[in-house]
Amino acid sequence: MSQKTLTRMDLSEAVFREVGLSRNDSAELVEDVLAHISDALVRGEQVKISSFGTFSVRDKAARIGRNPKTGEEVPINPRRVLTFRPSHLMKDRVAAGNSK
Amino acid sequence: MIRSELIQKIADENPHLYQRDVERIVNTIFEEITTAMARGDRVELRGFGAFSVKKRDARVGRNPRTGEAVEVEEKHVPFFKTGKLLRDRLNGKE
Repeated sequence: MSQKTLTRMDLSEAVFREVGLSRNDSAELVEDVLAHISDALVRGEQVKISSFGTFSVRDKAARIGRNPKTGEEVPINPRRVLTFRPSHLMKDRVAAGNSK
Repeated sequence: MIRSELIQKIADENPHLYQRDVERIVNTIFEEITTAMARGDRVELRGFGAFSVKKRDARVGRNPRTGEAVEVEEKHVPFFKTGKLLRDRLNGKE
């Protein structure tokens, strides 16, 4: 499997092809979409994109971690983490597309 | 926030665009990400996060109801890793 990495540029190129906007406007819209999703998550909201997946924010409690190299105990502060749960449709398409 | 609310926000900020074009734009972005992963590609969005595909090896699973052993085939699953900037923002560091 020769793996490629897509970036914002590829997404705005897709928008440009799909909707006849300028490349600049397309790039800006990709940025706006990511910014709106991020802002909602920072506010603590869940972001649910049907047939794509759900981004949710979870609170993690403080715990004592360990440096795996030195064995030294280190406190891990309480923090918020983002989890992404892919939709069934995405899971099915990714599984089907990568099966040999 | 759901897909339609996201589309509405983008539409409100871009009064020069038709609503149906905003819909196509938003849908294209998500579609492009899914299609890339279905090909086995990664999508790296700096500051936001990266979508990639992880391989799960074949294993012998168990039907939790009957306890029966079942072969589970190798499969590929979507994975998202949060970007540093967003992770920091979630924790109040701008």
